[in-house]
Amino acid sequence: MKIGVVISEGPYTHQAADTAYHFVKSALAKGHEVPRVFFYHDGVNVSTRLSIPPQDERHIQKNWSALAAEHGVDLVVCIAAAQRRGLLDENEATRQGKDANNIAEGFRISGLGQLIEMGIQTDRLVMFGD
Amino acid sequence: MSTLHTVNKSPFATRDLQSCLDHCRDGDAVLMIEDGVYGALAGTAVSDAVSARAGALKIYVLTPDVNARGLPEARLSDVVTGVDYDGFVDLVTSHDRTQAWL
Amino acid sequence: MSDIKKFLYVNRRAPYGTIYALESLEVVLIGAAFDQDVSLAFLDDGVFQLTKGQNTDGIGVKNFSPTFRALGDYEVTKFYVERESLAERGLTEADLQEITYEDEDDDWAEKPSIRVVGRDEMAAIMADQDVVLSF
Repeated sequence: MKIGVVISEGPYTHQAADTAYHFVKSALAKGHEVPRVFFYHDGVNVSTRLSIPPQDERHIQKNWSALAAEHGVDLVVCIAAAQRRGLLDENEATRQGKDANNIAEGFRISGLGQLIEMGIQTDRLVMFGD
Repeated sequence: MSTLHTVNKSPFATRDLQSCLDHCRDGDAVLMIEDGVYGALAGTAVSDAVSARAGALKIYVLTPDVNARGLPEARLSDVVTGVDYDGFVDLVTSHDRTQAWL
Repeated sequence: MSDIKKFLYVNRRAPYGTIYALESLEVVLIGAAFDQDVSLAFLDDGVFQLTKGQNTDGIGVKNFSPTFRALGDYEVTKFYVERESLAERGLTEADLQEITYEDEDDDWAEKPSIRVVGRDEMAAIMADQDVVLSF
């Protein structure tokens, strides 16, 4: 089955990104497809590559990037929500005249249409937030 | 046609569990995750509300979240069934839609 | 399976204190371009999103409540508002903005978008969807 996932809270403060990660790993292991995870609201903060959690803690961004690399999960960060919260990829940083970008590997910034498209193209949609 | 409802907040902090129970239809399932697992405790201010719907609904709780919070199995309401993340996935695929009570 | 899916946007939170209501509206606006069967549900504190007379001048935040009135032009015409949620908060339909759409199947007659429904009917609407997005 094709399962779409939405994460709508940021990492560490809320458990949403962790629960979603365990859920997606289980779904993939069971042979389901998770074509896309959509990050919205503060969920976009998961995508920063500048996060440095203590070494004995899980690295939420790296966990997701690894999942994207291994299983081809499309990690989409909502552009409108990302821009409000200071998350930019290289293209956007250049376009907006900013001096840095901070999106981690495996994530890409795109529009809300990707959320709707995911709802249309998947069999189930599961939201993790607070 | 049935729905899997997820509740992730303590019923002692918000009304999300109550609102979820008020909108469930017979044959639906409720899965308590994260801080929502406190709704699975027996002998609390909300346990009667949960038990009252347990005939018409299936009530599940995410065991890894129960264990993380140190809730002994003996303290959980006997109308609640524990599942792991694989069980969560099965609940998603075996219901027609998932509704998160965020 | 039909190409058109039923999308329900569930709004259960008040505006301004958090961004969920505004960012929900942004999804609705973008989603309108996809020609799906869209409904909006307002229950619990979500009913506060639709009150008339919102004035955000003093808090320096954009008042997005007028945008609800524009949704009819995007063929978003089903606003289900829960009667019990209104009553619990001391509200009636008269406290909500008037939101209308022009019905192209009825000689563009102007009709109300807001439909106040009881809790059981709200539950039935939720159970009739393909995709439920919660904000």
